[in-house]
Amino acid sequence: MVRQLLTDFEDVEEVNKQLDTMGYNIGIRLIDDFLSKANVTRCSEFRETADVIAKIGFKMFLGVTATVSNWNADFTECSLVLDDNPLVDFVELPETCQGLYYCNVLCGVIRGALEMVSMRTEVKWARDMLRGDDAYELRLKLIEHVAEEYPYKDDD
Amino acid sequence: MALAMAPRMRCLYIFNRNGMCLHYHVWLRSLMTLSPQQDQKLMFGMLFSLNSFTAKIDPVSSGKENNPPCSFYSFRTNTYKLHFMETASGIKIILLTDPRIGDLREALMHIYSNIYVEYVVKNPLYSPGQPFRCELFNMALDHYVKTLQ
Repeated sequence: MVRQLLTDFEDVEEVNKQLDTMGYNIGIRLIDDFLSKANVTRCSEFRETADVIAKIGFKMFLGVTATVSNWNADFTECSLVLDDNPLVDFVELPETCQGLYYCNVLCGVIRGALEMVSMRTEVKWARDMLRGDDAYELRLKLIEHVAEEYPYKDDD
Repeated sequence: MALAMAPRMRCLYIFNRNGMCLHYHVWLRSLMTLSPQQDQKLMFGMLFSLNSFTAKIDPVSSGKENNPPCSFYSFRTNTYKLHFMETASGIKIILLTDPRIGDLREALMHIYSNIYVEYVVKNPLYSPGQPFRCELFNMALDHYVKTLQ
């Protein structure tokens, strides 16, 4: 799939964006699949959310668990470190694609899923073994909780 | 003498977090006083307020962050019983039934996990946030609901 995107778009930055968008579209559906299978109650704070993603979410859909670390001072940003990333089995990045985030789809998935439970987030790769780093690390940042609003205008 | 079992299920609504009615399924409803749009808007609006109301007047919750939020799950009148379930993703499932039926919380969970998620969410032709019409969903729902009568 990534190879096809590279052929279609040629520009690595564009492919990164496409992967993120595709991931987002997956994430907004994945959340219902996750909620129906995992027996979790609504998370009361972001720390709990990060734990649930790392331990239950990743386990359910990728078969691996991640560790949560590097919290910032007010607990709105953290890192999810993956020891093993099944998406990149047998993958190597050639010279021409050094700017590519091969697993960018994962960022979109997490962002999409969290948006459906009222959290706006930013998810980026901090470390990527395909690019020469020593681990796979996602940086997860909570931008805001979006409160549930009454959707109808009163004059309708 | 063959007696046709009167269905105990009256109708079902599925709403998403934006108030969009994704699905309306009816088995037995002889009275409908409003147009479908008004009916759905009223249903959603009422449940939104009711949920907020039940949480606010909860006499036992300490109000601290660690307690799970209070949510109502049914109400009954002399002619029908309304069952409600809301997921963390904002999907609301409402089922109107015969007033004598018992607690259907597990049934609503089953409808969400095994019918909605399986036939709608996982359907590649479905656009999230839009109303859906899916034969497999309808069939699975009818089949499941028969087991509840």
